[in-house]
Amino acid sequence: MSHAALLKVEGLKVSYGHIDAVKGINFELHEGEITTLVGANGAGKSTTLLALSGLLKKNAGRVQFDGQDISAQPPHKIVAAGLVQVAEGRATLTTLTVHENLELGAYTRRDGKAERARDLERIYALFPRLKERQNGLAGNLSGGEQQMLAIGRALMAKPRVLLLDEPSMGLAPIIVQDIFRTLRAINREGLTIFLVEQNVRQALKVADRAYVIETGRIVLSGPGAELLGNPKVQDAYLGG
Amino acid sequence: MMEALSTFWVIHSNLILSLGTNALLALSIWLTLSCGMLAMANAAFMGIGAYTSAILTMQFGWPFPAVILAGMLAPMLAALIIGLPTLRLSGVYLAMATLAFGEVVRIVIINTELLTGGIGGIAGIPTSTEWWHMLLAVVCALFVLWRMRRSKVGRAFEAIREDETAAGLMGINVGANKMLAFILGAALAGLAGTLNAHLTFMIDPKEFGFDRGVEILTMAIFGGIGSLVGPVLGSAIFTLLPTVLSPLADFRLMVNGVVLVLIVLFLPNGIWDPARFKQWFGRKQGART
Repeated sequence: MSHAALLKVEGLKVSYGHIDAVKGINFELHEGEITTLVGANGAGKSTTLLALSGLLKKNAGRVQFDGQDISAQPPHKIVAAGLVQVAEGRATLTTLTVHENLELGAYTRRDGKAERARDLERIYALFPRLKERQNGLAGNLSGGEQQMLAIGRALMAKPRVLLLDEPSMGLAPIIVQDIFRTLRAINREGLTIFLVEQNVRQALKVADRAYVIETGRIVLSGPGAELLGNPKVQDAYLGG
Repeated sequence: MMEALSTFWVIHSNLILSLGTNALLALSIWLTLSCGMLAMANAAFMGIGAYTSAILTMQFGWPFPAVILAGMLAPMLAALIIGLPTLRLSGVYLAMATLAFGEVVRIVIINTELLTGGIGGIAGIPTSTEWWHMLLAVVCALFVLWRMRRSKVGRAFEAIREDETAAGLMGINVGANKMLAFILGAALAGLAGTLNAHLTFMIDPKEFGFDRGVEILTMAIFGGIGSLVGPVLGSAIFTLLPTVLSPLADFRLMVNGVVLVLIVLFLPNGIWDPARFKQWFGRKQGART
């Protein structure tokens, strides 16, 4: 299972003004794996992701992606390099149709129309609900459908690593399960996934590699299944 | 008959041609609005275009086509310079910064008397603008903007307007696209200023102040910024309104204000709102199928 690290983060620090949100963390993503970063609200999870995507300034630290230092790259270059984030709160463009949203996902791609059309079909196969509603406005979708659309849109960018920010947020448990099942399926096709979650149990269940973050520091790491059995994790996050 | 027409033209040609000026101005602010920015520098860009072109025509004797080009390039350059520090501001802060820039432009014009004639402005500008110049300018602007809307750039603008963070995550270069919208908007405003200066014989700094800035915004919002039809329609109505309501001339600004309040309250997407038309008339069609 273990390959060389595809993405390596060293000493990442991010702050909002005087408040240090992320205080120097290290972690690795390996090709073909699902890695998760779990923790409570305000622990620094989303901050970490936004810094990876280049939307937040890093105070210190190095991000190496496939041997290249991308620490100082602007967001659009990072997306073009293959690191694509699904935004928290789904952030679909509500006045555009489902189809237009998906097409916008391919914004940075320079390959042919045929290739994009094939990927679009793949995404519709993955999320049949989206195909049914492809000409409807994204704003009229349910929460779960919007999350699917956000994931589909990120996939249209042909990512090498998919970054997800709390895909379970505000969704009914049955839909959460559905989304996680889909993520696993995408992962089995070879896509590397980095998942940031508050839903610790679900996240650890699917993760090959997991990190627990508390107030800006990583306090535990290991294989997902191992952390799931860790008494400390059970105490703090899984209700005993 | 011909005589009646030509009399009509003599009386009303200025009004008809200012339809074109105002359409260009409304389209110029539509550009920045369509990219999610409330930038209020369009009147200033118009002024920069008007003064640049008038000075080049009168003091340097440049030919009209070159003057038009310069009247667009000068505000584009100004937009680039003030855009770099201000475009990262959002919402009302951008509006404030761009309004302040407009005041600076106005005060600079007033205080560089040797070049600009100061508070009295410049008079005796040759009236080189023909009706077909104006028509061509509006048609070209509409065509370019229409093509742009359907292009990758237009999509990027739309994404930025909807959600800047999401746009960034899609790999759209948010800063560069905002700058592009701002600069193109400045070019259109400069074009309007140039054509208008060579139409009205004289210009003065009052024309390019706060009132004009608000009027430009009002025309676009009134018409609706969901499509290109909106700003053109809005500007046409706002140009003709004072003539139609000439008995109310003393209350012109008040009438404008009331109209704007009513629009914002009852037609928040402007008067040209295809989605609402569908809502009004669509049900019947739905029943038939």
